[in-house]
Amino acid sequence: MGENEIYELHVNGSLREVRDAWIGESLLYVLRERLGLLGSKGACEQGECGSCSVLVDDELVCSCLVLAASAVGQAIVTIEGIAPAGSPSDVQQAFAEYGAVQCGFCTPGLIMATHALLERTPQPTDTEIREALSGNICRCTGYGRIIDAVQQVAVSRADGR
Amino acid sequence: MSTATRESVLSGRLGDSPIRPDGIAKAQGSFAFSGDLSADGALWGATLRSPHASARIVRIDVSPAWQIDGVTAIVTADDVPGKPTYGLISSDQPVFAADVVRYTGEPIAAVAADHPETCRRALEAIVVEYEVLAPLTEPERAIDGSHPPIHPDGNVIRHQRIIAGDQSLVGDVVVEGTYELGMQDQAFLGLEAALALPDPGGAGIELFVATQWLHEDRKQIAACLDLAPDKVRLTLGGVGGSFGAREDISLQVHACLLALRTGRPVRMAYSREESFLGHVHRHPAKVWMRHHATAGGVLQRIEVRLVLDGGAYASTSSAVLLNAVTHTQGPYKCANATVDGYAVRTNNLPCGAMRGFGVVQACFAHEGQIDKLAVACGLDPVEIRLLNAMETGDSLITGQVIENVAPVAECIRAVASLPLPDVPVGGRDGEPMQRPGGAGLTADPSHIRRGIGWGVAIKNLMYSEGFDDYSTARCRLVDGVASLKFATCEVGQGFVVLAQQIARSVLGVDDVVLEPIDTSIGSAGSTSATRQTWMSGGAVDGACRLVRERLFEHVGARYDIDPVSLAIDGRDVVDTTGTLRISVTEACAGAEFEETFEHHHRPTEDLDENGQGNCHTAFAFVAHRAVVDVDPELGLVKVVQVATAQDVGRALNPLSVMGQIEGGIAQGLGLAVMEEIIVTDGLVRNASFTDYLLPTMLDMPHVVVTLIEHPDPMAPLGAKGVGEPPTISSTPAIVAAIRDATGRDLSRVPVRPSDICLP
Amino acid sequence: MSTFIPTSLNEAVAALADAPSSLVLAGGTDVMVEVNGGHRRPQAVIAIGRIPELRTWSHDPRESVIRIGAGVTYAELEVDPFLQWVPALSQAARTVGSPQIRNAATLGGNVATSSPAGDGLPVLAALDAIIHLVSATGSRSMPFNDFMTGPKRTALLPGEVIEAVSVPVFTGWQGYAKVGVRNAMVISNAGACLVVDDAGGVRLALGSVGPTIIRCHDAESFAADAVDSQARAVTDSDATEFGRLAAAAARPIDDHRSTAAYRRHAVAVLSRRLLRRAFPNG
Repeated sequence: MGENEIYELHVNGSLREVRDAWIGESLLYVLRERLGLLGSKGACEQGECGSCSVLVDDELVCSCLVLAASAVGQAIVTIEGIAPAGSPSDVQQAFAEYGAVQCGFCTPGLIMATHALLERTPQPTDTEIREALSGNICRCTGYGRIIDAVQQVAVSRADGR
Repeated sequence: MSTATRESVLSGRLGDSPIRPDGIAKAQGSFAFSGDLSADGALWGATLRSPHASARIVRIDVSPAWQIDGVTAIVTADDVPGKPTYGLISSDQPVFAADVVRYTGEPIAAVAADHPETCRRALEAIVVEYEVLAPLTEPERAIDGSHPPIHPDGNVIRHQRIIAGDQSLVGDVVVEGTYELGMQDQAFLGLEAALALPDPGGAGIELFVATQWLHEDRKQIAACLDLAPDKVRLTLGGVGGSFGAREDISLQVHACLLALRTGRPVRMAYSREESFLGHVHRHPAKVWMRHHATAGGVLQRIEVRLVLDGGAYASTSSAVLLNAVTHTQGPYKCANATVDGYAVRTNNLPCGAMRGFGVVQACFAHEGQIDKLAVACGLDPVEIRLLNAMETGDSLITGQVIENVAPVAECIRAVASLPLPDVPVGGRDGEPMQRPGGAGLTADPSHIRRGIGWGVAIKNLMYSEGFDDYSTARCRLVDGVASLKFATCEVGQGFVVLAQQIARSVLGVDDVVLEPIDTSIGSAGSTSATRQTWMSGGAVDGACRLVRERLFEHVGARYDIDPVSLAIDGRDVVDTTGTLRISVTEACAGAEFEETFEHHHRPTEDLDENGQGNCHTAFAFVAHRAVVDVDPELGLVKVVQVATAQDVGRALNPLSVMGQIEGGIAQGLGLAVMEEIIVTDGLVRNASFTDYLLPTMLDMPHVVVTLIEHPDPMAPLGAKGVGEPPTISSTPAIVAAIRDATGRDLSRVPVRPSDICLP
Repeated sequence: MSTFIPTSLNEAVAALADAPSSLVLAGGTDVMVEVNGGHRRPQAVIAIGRIPELRTWSHDPRESVIRIGAGVTYAELEVDPFLQWVPALSQAARTVGSPQIRNAATLGGNVATSSPAGDGLPVLAALDAIIHLVSATGSRSMPFNDFMTGPKRTALLPGEVIEAVSVPVFTGWQGYAKVGVRNAMVISNAGACLVVDDAGGVRLALGSVGPTIIRCHDAESFAADAVDSQARAVTDSDATEFGRLAAAAARPIDDHRSTAAYRRHAVAVLSRRLLRRAFPNG
């Protein structure tokens, strides 16, 4: 592409330069293809699956619907930034442990949405979990083990573990 | 989950539910899916597709695309060096359409360029002149011959009859119905993607791809590329679900062609819209059935006419039809049958494998019929099913005797004893989100009616009709660490963790290394047909057992003990007749063992012209009970609970079994109330997740489960495989529950709101 | 750089005056779908999502009017103070897309797109909302019902940006209901907003059943006589007639999401039920 957008994004605590970008590139595309952050997944490019969920200035959004160049100056947190490398978060651990991961394609987006939920609502009801995660489509699990994993984390956090 | 996880002596063995080896990586986003793969200097590939369902290609002019900066290659049918067509059963599908297009979305050309947006502009620049033809979209016109052949192979892909027993029997009670199913999409989340790496000089190609069957892909790709199979090397790229849609090849040949043409790595990745057009779907079907029974409700005879719309190319339609016609009796004893089935070719989207594979279509119809029969005989849905429940030793309408464990009645009774939901009709106070209509706040509790419905199914396991879908595995044991090698496609189901569990159990090791999943070992067959636990599980088990024999020989020679008396106990090798106990690590010191094993299931045979023959390998059974809340006036449905009991043989990993059951039910729910690819005059109207609706967390109910565990002596590990049954009878159970709540005679899925509330 | 992120409204409209063909981007949840699908190729972008003036709201208790900046998101509209002052708007907000979408999508964006299925729009129509527009050369205001001229067509002029939406704060009952074939994250097949204004009048607006949002004047007139505001009462037969009149005002079409017949039926049911919720007695 003969395009020359140059800008910097603040991702997972560091400033990352983006060069020679096409103006229409989504944040999802830039994260994956230009910054090598492949954890955010694209499955619909319409905001209808949640696989690309990231935090932008602490708000959970679909990165496929964020124009990358419009996120300059905002704090972006991706799945790679949710916990230190090599040390999974309690949510990540619970998803793996309680059967919430099958093909795993929706998993990073669900993990991001779960962190966002538990920040706001530490002890969610079943319905609160379902509403908060209703923007994340999972085709493998039927959601039962995901809800279980979220509840396990909520209980663990309440127990101070 | 009502069945408690069993304790095993050591964690991570069979019967336990250890963390899958890819679990943490997937949760951290570091697991590499096929769409995450790239290489230095990689180009992007993209496909030009037909906007017409049926047209003659008058002219293709690619030259305007060459004017676009960044375009590196353009290929069309003229550039396919080998066989111009491919296909799983019959090679009838062109790599690129050359003279005619037969469905909306059929590939015509592919481009390689430096950026996806460049690709998009190049595709728009290619000029294709079409002479648009009237599409064949009505399956009946393919059967009656009123439309000229749309393919040299003709418009009927397969016609199969089953003639069993008394052809003139008329029951005391006769019920009849016609049932229809819309086109369902597998809708895996990880879109089709591949990375093709050409060998220097184009002598061969390496392909990383998300697929269900590496060796079958390789066979078809090599033929189209005119390369020897060993020059085409496939490695599984991380697979984001499959559910049948990756059994046929999609972008594989295109990516390889572009890579060979440019001499550079090429990445291809479908968009969601393209994915809807680019893979096969569940066959839309129309099924007429007439059931004959005694006044007491004993099923005596079925008459069936079943038509599957195969779309433009054959794919696995003939096998799907076989499954459909041979499962029309359901899990019920029935001696007499007259079944007439067709899989036909039309200009609709090609259809092939999807979880349930023909049995979904048959089951929706036979369960509707059984409920009608119950009403006609004054029985309740449970009574009539128990009355007719199949058992081991019964014959199918094909004459095949069921030799497997067949706990149909036990499944039904187990479900009947599961508690009904404690949620009041219309949902709990203050939780309108979980009412019919959900967030839309359409209903108050007084508007809502509850219904309960049943579905029970039989499903064949593995491939049929003489196909030897064997699986290969290799086990290596060094210093107490086992390594496993197989080509079994891990698509999300968790074979990777099962393989480790098998090796730990057989060899008494803790560490099990999994080698890359690729074509450098023999075929594992397809990850489909509920077959990998049985087939590849059997292969891994067999390889590990051979290694264990070698280990025992080694230990026996060293300690002068008859190897027959040696056994694995925990992490140790023990002499069952003496006192020796040494760790496996110690036992294999200084030695290396490596064995390869092929697991074959017992042979099957073709059906004859009357549909008789031992065509299937094995069977599993399942029962579902659905509870729904319906807003009859708006036609909106909320499934409140699904209860199920499934004949699993043996739960080798209870958490994985649970995941398969809940996930399968979610897909059954989708087909029952929301999922359909809408095709009008051959044009797809809803190729996006905005308009092809999948169940969300607010649509999925609680699932309560009883696992029926009777280890099957025919299965290598006693385990039957669990993937497909949950999808099959959950759909009719939900529809029956909606019928119960509304009194409407619903005969089509997905049930649309207007089907419930309009005349 | 061809993507401009203004920090004030003045900067935004000045930039738009300089480059009138620029794509004005708010939450991006509609526009980026088109860009990702290759249906829109922006040459220049003005991203207005973070302009402080657009992200605020103000309440004028004297006039009982709340002025909502165009950049206020649906997630913000779901909760107080909007839940208290314009509960129908909060209900509609909660049905928009997914939580992720609602965190990004703005009221101004919904108005700018003006899809007949836009969930906020029947509420704005029922409330007789005023749309405030601004450009480098001035500002103007117009009723929402004049602003939306057709499916995804509006009275917005080149160089104009939606600045805010003003809606009245009523004390009477109001509610929104929408039909979709899924319990969450679904596009409206039929939607209705019913508002009881401070004069006791019943207002009804329908979404997804015509080229624009439809105000049901016949049904509203009928309700004026049929309801007993004091007793919060309406008879069953009058509620049914209200629904029938609503359906008669609808101009639905058949498409891949639903049929005209179902949509017409659905708005009758929704309108009747909303009237019953507002007037539960009798």
